[in-house]
Amino acid sequence: MSDDLSDLYQQVILDHCKHPRNFHELAGHHRSAEGHNPLCGDQLKLFLTMNGDRIQDISFVGSGCCISKASASLLTEAAKGKTRAEVERMFEAVHQMVTTGQAAGEVGKLAVFAGVHKFPARVKCAILAWHAIMSALKGDTQPVSTETEDM
Amino acid sequence: MSQPAPLTPQTAAASAAEAGPDWNALRADFPILHQQVHNRPLLYLDNAATTQKPRAVIQALQRYYERDNANVHRGIHELSNRATAAFESARARAARFLNARSPEEIVFTRGTTEGINLVAATWGAQNVKAGDIILLTEMEHHSNLVPWQLLAARTGARLRHLPVTGDAGLLDLSHLDEWLGSGVKLLALTHISNSLGTINPVAEICARARKAGVTTLVDAAQSAGHRPVDVQEIGCDFLALSGHKMCGPTGIGVLYGRQELLETLPPYQGGGEMILSVEYHTSTWKHAPHRFEAGTPDISGAVGLAAAMDYLDAIGRTHIARHDQELGAYAYARLAEFKEGIRLFGPRIGRAGLVSFLLRGVHAHDVVTVADQWGVALRGGHHCTQPLMRKLGVESTARASFYFYNTPAEIDRLVEVLREIQKFFGL
Repeated sequence: MSDDLSDLYQQVILDHCKHPRNFHELAGHHRSAEGHNPLCGDQLKLFLTMNGDRIQDISFVGSGCCISKASASLLTEAAKGKTRAEVERMFEAVHQMVTTGQAAGEVGKLAVFAGVHKFPARVKCAILAWHAIMSALKGDTQPVSTETEDM
Repeated sequence: MSQPAPLTPQTAAASAAEAGPDWNALRADFPILHQQVHNRPLLYLDNAATTQKPRAVIQALQRYYERDNANVHRGIHELSNRATAAFESARARAARFLNARSPEEIVFTRGTTEGINLVAATWGAQNVKAGDIILLTEMEHHSNLVPWQLLAARTGARLRHLPVTGDAGLLDLSHLDEWLGSGVKLLALTHISNSLGTINPVAEICARARKAGVTTLVDAAQSAGHRPVDVQEIGCDFLALSGHKMCGPTGIGVLYGRQELLETLPPYQGGGEMILSVEYHTSTWKHAPHRFEAGTPDISGAVGLAAAMDYLDAIGRTHIARHDQELGAYAYARLAEFKEGIRLFGPRIGRAGLVSFLLRGVHAHDVVTVADQWGVALRGGHHCTQPLMRKLGVESTARASFYFYNTPAEIDRLVEVLREIQKFFGL
């Protein structure tokens, strides 16, 4: 098995892909947002309950590739209890990490996605859930997509 | 009882011809196949997207640019004469390749997509009115759906789609005659499905359409380089193909149109090459096919495409078709060994040389990403057939598509790699 491949599909990612956490709808959620990459087939919906500016609880449902599912699953763990500003900082750090391999700040467990940058076609899978949560926090109602062109 | 004939060199040669070409030896004609990808030998199984190019085609391009390059149809000098002769002899070559009645029935395009758009823009503008029906099928590539949607939006025509029967992927033709008789102006369908591998009985379907007075267009993108394609035998009015899917360069394709029909059509684009005389306010155009070829054409592309046609015919398209179907059948049988672990799409028997599948529990893009690391080039996605994918209830599939330089041993290798992928994802 090549090193690049085990960088992409780290054990943590394979685990979250097979056993996604917080994988259900959230009763009484205050906010939700959809992410859809129709060309890929990645589709997910995030649900948030808020306590003021802070995410009290978060969950997701959907289907897609291993990278997109694991990314959403790990995002729900990382974002729970965080404020909007903290999530925005995480978004910036994760975005930079999956495109360059270097995180711009503290990303904790999300560091497992650093290997994605070697697979340019898969960046949009890793970042989809992050665009969805930004959209949910802004209160946008349109589904987001991270696809800009056909593969 | 007669004695068996003594074995002479002639009969030995005949039986060798019967056995077909040495497919492994032909691989030597394709420089690109002999390389490592991610430190493993390349296994190229994305031929429905584009095929690789033999040295004969690459050399034809190089020879053209090194000796003959000039603009066509306008120069008086030697190089322009040579370039014009090369371009027009490529047109004649394409006519022979498709058994068209004359080179005037051959329009050079950028590929299948442009060929279909050309028909929609010219024939469609002249013949399709509000309320008319354009009949397509549920297995069409986006390139044989979207141009007709644009035409329908412009004219108020309606679209109907012949249904596909589930995962087996055959066209349901039981209501064809009935549908053809109810206001259909044009029937446009694919010869071979790029996502199912279905080979449609286009000659029979075109005969039924002709009887109903319906104009026909065949999308031969997946068939032209894989089997004999004879426009007179098929009996279609239009047929479109792409050079790059049949050993030719990218950016060149052919639209065949029945001459009587082509002559009646308005121009496609305006510009140089397509005119007889131009005033500031009006112009007159050339006859078909030149009327449809505005601007400097892809001369080297046409030269390369003619070389590709020579190359394919030297092998024999009947041989290629048989090899294709053997690979398709073998791949289907080997993949069926995964039993519950795989979902296979398209017909079990009589399929073209491609197989679409889903490994249970692994998304198609994960399959393709991991396979690539093993040196195996597959395609994962909707294969430009989103409505068909929706009908099959999937977002995407993985696809292995073959050409004559692929071998059963490579299919065995694909199966090994898919087993590794199952292990990798803990299945």
